[in-house]
Amino acid sequence: MPRFYLFVLLSLSLCLQHVVASPPLPSGLSPSVPVAPALPSGLFKAPPLPAGIEPTQNSNHSFNSLKEPFFDLSGFWDIRSGFRTQGDSHQQQKSINEARLHLAFQTELDTFTFTLNTDVIYDETSSQRAINLDKGQGWIDLRQANVAWSPFSFMDIKIGRQILTWGTGDLIFINDLFPKDWQAFFTGRDLEYLKAPSDAIKGSFFTDYANLDIVYTPRFDADRSITGEKLSYYSPLTNSLQGEHQLIKADRPHSDELALRLYKNIGVNELALYTYHGYWKSPMAYQPSTNKNRYPVMRSLGASLRRPLWKGISNVELGYYDAYKHAAKDNPFSPNSEVRLLLGYEQELIKNLTLSFQYYLEWMQDYKHYKASMLSIDATHQRHEFRHVLTNRISVLTHQQNINWSLFTFYSPSDSDAYIRPNIHYKINDHWAIETGGNIFIGKQYRFFGQFKKNNNLYAAIRYGF
Amino acid sequence: MPLKSAAFALSLLLSSTCLLAASPSVDEVIHRTNQMAYYQANDGRAKVKMTITDAQNRTRTREFIILRRDAPRSDSIEGKSYLGEQKLYVYFNRPADVNKMVFMVHKKILADDDRWLYLPALDLVKRIASSDKRTSFVGSNFLYEDVSGRRLTDDQHALIGQDDNYYIIENTPINKATVEFSRYIMYIHKTSFLPIQTEYYDKQGIKYKTYTSLAVDTINGHPTITKSEARNLKTNSYTLMEYTDVQYDLDLPEDIFTERYLRKAPRKYLR
Repeated sequence: MPRFYLFVLLSLSLCLQHVVASPPLPSGLSPSVPVAPALPSGLFKAPPLPAGIEPTQNSNHSFNSLKEPFFDLSGFWDIRSGFRTQGDSHQQQKSINEARLHLAFQTELDTFTFTLNTDVIYDETSSQRAINLDKGQGWIDLRQANVAWSPFSFMDIKIGRQILTWGTGDLIFINDLFPKDWQAFFTGRDLEYLKAPSDAIKGSFFTDYANLDIVYTPRFDADRSITGEKLSYYSPLTNSLQGEHQLIKADRPHSDELALRLYKNIGVNELALYTYHGYWKSPMAYQPSTNKNRYPVMRSLGASLRRPLWKGISNVELGYYDAYKHAAKDNPFSPNSEVRLLLGYEQELIKNLTLSFQYYLEWMQDYKHYKASMLSIDATHQRHEFRHVLTNRISVLTHQQNINWSLFTFYSPSDSDAYIRPNIHYKINDHWAIETGGNIFIGKQYRFFGQFKKNNNLYAAIRYGF
Repeated sequence: MPLKSAAFALSLLLSSTCLLAASPSVDEVIHRTNQMAYYQANDGRAKVKMTITDAQNRTRTREFIILRRDAPRSDSIEGKSYLGEQKLYVYFNRPADVNKMVFMVHKKILADDDRWLYLPALDLVKRIASSDKRTSFVGSNFLYEDVSGRRLTDDQHALIGQDDNYYIIENTPINKATVEFSRYIMYIHKTSFLPIQTEYYDKQGIKYKTYTSLAVDTINGHPTITKSEARNLKTNSYTLMEYTDVQYDLDLPEDIFTERYLRKAPRKYLR
């Protein structure tokens, strides 16, 4: 008998749970009683609007009616100042002191997209006032001026001044042989200025089998490399650090460059093959007869794979740099061929904290010949056959992701040198941002990173974006 | 004895009305809601404006355009045929520091999502790990998982109540260690199956976050949430998300969601 009452009560209580508007929560969870929210405007207890009655907004736009002309203008003001943390007899104390207005304009005419990005700069630390668009000197730095269109459904073309990037490395480039601006990178300009523009024609072809990018640069675009201007470097000729008083002068080849990338995604794997025909991007060879540096010819072949691994993203990239002429076999002042390898892994370790590691190898070919050629000129210091570099990036976002604390470290166990890039970037609001950071080099003056140790600097910047 | 029979009859009656009131099943409710929230039509696009207000009442905005394409060509709940791979393309307009940046997701049902970020100033296509989907989306109170949708199989679902307007669904995570909440309760509108309010409870059982739909508009026959708010009850910061120019069934080509269109924005669909 009591079992029946229990049954009724149970049925009642179960059923009540379904019909009562704000039911109590199951015991053991929270004492708070969920209250049903009010219906938003647009939803009524009655069924939705019947067909034929126009809804209040949005729906009478057909897709084709949205053809307002496309026009986009944006940009920023950036004021940036920095100083050397030690004296350098070859350079001034200020490492960077500049004001920059960046204007980015994009519009579309028919099926053509026109892009014009240019910077107007006042650079107090530069002694070069004349405008040189290749070297990025003077009061104008033209970043992009190009037109892009798709002549066929399977083809894109972009002609003009453009920023080009491919490959899988994080601040390490093997098969990306497009010009870089190392001066901007080491003095603490915004990271985007690490990429220098190319004056090129890029054709992209898309098929079901694979995609192909062909970049033809009619006139070689060199890196904006370290020449002694603003930044001191190690000169093997004098076995000492040099700067403003001994600028590296180099003649640029007037020949062309060709870079190709064949790529395809298979499942989660991003595969690519690369080849390049041109020159070493910095003037690595020296001509004793003219006392000038030059850009030796170089061709390369490479491949990369990027894919998810465990909880992160992994990448492998390989390249062979073929210095097919003037190798060190018979010339101590010209670079040998090299094999370059990169392994990388990145993961968001915990919320808003990303960690990444890379291993990078430069393996000089024909090392015996190199050693012999170095002995023949009584060179004081020699490169190792293998240059190993480890990199680490820690990036932490705090304050609703408005502050980014980052630390990028390059460390070479073979050269016992390092390069450390701390940076703190704070977005104050939608327009204003401030940042501070440093470039710190450690090591012997004749090693790759160590040679820049008189350039250790700290900088700060303020930016207004619009 | 008559009392006993009466009681039995009453209980039977109550149970049957109860069953009537409880239909549709939990499974059907959550799938219909999932379909309405994330899979309406074969594709769609919207202009989105996010206004993020922090505890000090400072506001920041994000403006972007979302393109979405579903691999399944069906919206049907039957046999869950609406569920399948989905591709998202998010093109940022504002603020200036993210102008022309693109975030792309290939969302999968069983495997991890693939995500990419395109940084126009560097012409860099960066692949990003999708390990923690419960990270804030562009600094707002919405999470990556709110934008692309949480997997239904990640939670256990129970219909804990209903009233004239709503089915009330309680969702409990199956793998508790991977999330910051202990459960969340959804109020699902009965006729449209749109989630009108979602309340998140922390591990101590305290409600700490709410999502509320503030406006619904029927577009090409699709009831669509055009204004919603995510509010953090602990910090009192909140984000208002407003949708305009919502369109469905644009026949978005599948190749828009590839590297080609990261580097060359499909302007036609981004006006």
